Amino acid sequence: MDNVIVELKDICVDFDGQRVVNKLNLTIHDNEFVTLLGPSGCGKTTTLRVIGGFVSPDEGDVFFEGKRINDVPPHKRMVNTVFQRYALFPHLNVYDNVAFGLKVQKLDKREIKSRVSEMLELVGLKGFEQRGIGQLSGGQQQRVAIARALVNRPKVLLLDEPLGALDLKLRKDMQIELKRIQQSTGITFIYVTHDQEEALTMSDTVVVMRDGVIQQVGTPQDIYNEPQNAFVADFIGESNILEGMMYKDFLVQFAGADFECVDKGFGRMERVQVVIRPEDIKIVPQIQGQLTGVIESVIFKGVHYEMVADGCGYKWLIHSTTAAEVGSVIGMRLDPEDIHIMKREEDAK
Amino acid sequence: MKAKSPAYPYLAWMIIFIVAPLLIVAYFAFTDKTGAFTLANISQAGQFSPVLLKSVYLAAIATVICLIIAYPLAYILSRTKVRTQRMLVMLVMLPMWMNFLLRTYAWMTILENNGILNRFFGLFGLGPFEMINTQGAVVLGMVYNYLPFMILPLYSIMEKIDGSVIEAAQDLGCSSMGVMRKVVLPLSVPGITSGITMVFVPAVSTFIISKMLGGGGNLLIGDIIDLQFLGLDYNPHLGSAISLVLMVLILLCMSIFNQFDNEEAVLL
Repeated sequence: MDNVIVELKDICVDFDGQRVVNKLNLTIHDNEFVTLLGPSGCGKTTTLRVIGGFVSPDEGDVFFEGKRINDVPPHKRMVNTVFQRYALFPHLNVYDNVAFGLKVQKLDKREIKSRVSEMLELVGLKGFEQRGIGQLSGGQQQRVAIARALVNRPKVLLLDEPLGALDLKLRKDMQIELKRIQQSTGITFIYVTHDQEEALTMSDTVVVMRDGVIQQVGTPQDIYNEPQNAFVADFIGESNILEGMMYKDFLVQFAGADFECVDKGFGRMERVQVVIRPEDIKIVPQIQGQLTGVIESVIFKGVHYEMVADGCGYKWLIHSTTAAEVGSVIGMRLDPEDIHIMKREEDAK
Repeated sequence: MKAKSPAYPYLAWMIIFIVAPLLIVAYFAFTDKTGAFTLANISQAGQFSPVLLKSVYLAAIATVICLIIAYPLAYILSRTKVRTQRMLVMLVMLPMWMNFLLRTYAWMTILENNGILNRFFGLFGLGPFEMINTQGAVVLGMVYNYLPFMILPLYSIMEKIDGSVIEAAQDLGCSSMGVMRKVVLPLSVPGITSGITMVFVPAVSTFIISKMLGGGGNLLIGDIIDLQFLGLDYNPHLGSAISLVLMVLILLCMSIFNQFDNEEAVLL
């Protein structure tokens, strides 16, 4: 995790006069699983394509192992890509698809054979060598795409929403599978997705992007527990975002009450935004609550109930394993470590 | 049977306009003026085999030239923006809206000994070059007239090649040439096949182009057939026989070509 393998410096990309990536700086280490996360149109795929060599940045530099590679064409880069819709070669069977890159490198036939079958075994497609691409299911095509890229033993594997076309169950399985492959091969994965859960499940590092600008870089825990702004908080799982004011270090006021918190370093009486995760709100009898509210709706979600409580000037989203009755008055409690303070968005910009 | 009933009108159409005329041609080919069976027409058709070979030869050259010009053009066309593509396809089709005869006449005035080209060369004291009434002129006429028939099928196949498949090939280490050879070419084989068919078949049996641009010395098999029906040699029996031979020859060429084509696809 120490060696920097890919470095992006002040990358800007324009499409038709529209800036899609803006002054992007990112450092990616050896053996790291990095996820670029953001809504569609946030520039995450473009960033990936800059690394792959399919888009040349209008400004800024791309470094690979310390060497500037802005002008190196895709076929000469030590990276391979798993494309969004797999982009398998329709005229070749499974074996020839996977062997494609090795044949281009003109490797010895025997070596190609052994590496391809090793790779097909890794992705669980042994015995499918002679199948045509059209005879495969989506999940199988996806595995062929991964095998085709990995068989070249790239230093970095780029994955562009590779699980987007799969159903939920298969997607979950493949997430685990991909993580396992990444750990066993030790290859750096740069993964693009708009699915926050996918990002949190698999990554060592999550990069949250919006409108071509990086919002936050951190471990999944950091991103989830300490979002740097309301956008990140909102995008990474549902949350309650409130206006508040910092009295002093470790003391914040919002929703008409004072709360102890674990944040410091804000100015006295600075206006801030407060993020509260719905699962961190504890429902207690009204007298014990720091806040009170009236339950407006209860929806059963399987693992938990999703409730909306109206009170203290806000509609509170609450996740709890026990349901409260609609119309009942509840108390709500918050622990200091569950209160996340962020700079106000307009101030941050 | 009910499901098949919509096909009946088409079946009737085929019988009336395809099968019946073929049978009539075959009947004429194997009979003499009195209506008695004979093989004389077929053996007489054999005397035109040099013309037949020349037709195949010139048509083959024209087809190859068309393919060489059309292939990169169709590829570039298929990779441009959709809006530009539409306009360029229009431009490719545009000459086809002009009457075939007129287009060929235009080439006559360009290539003639005192035509536009020679007059232009004359300004520099060059020429006049002998351009009209040569085999080259005939091939030029074929290429010019049939080029769209090569471009369009190639383009429609190439347009369907997903851009990400090409990127995948680059990603896996292919240079531009490699992408062409290993991905675009094998995926465009159906377009090549139909393009070659659509150019070669009309080119081998053309008679207008050879008559107008080739002069009397470069008669092709189409001209010979033309003469048997509309010319002074009036002999529909011989004309039918030559047509039959030509048809068999084309079928033979195409099947050999398809055979070769399939192997090619497998090899790649």
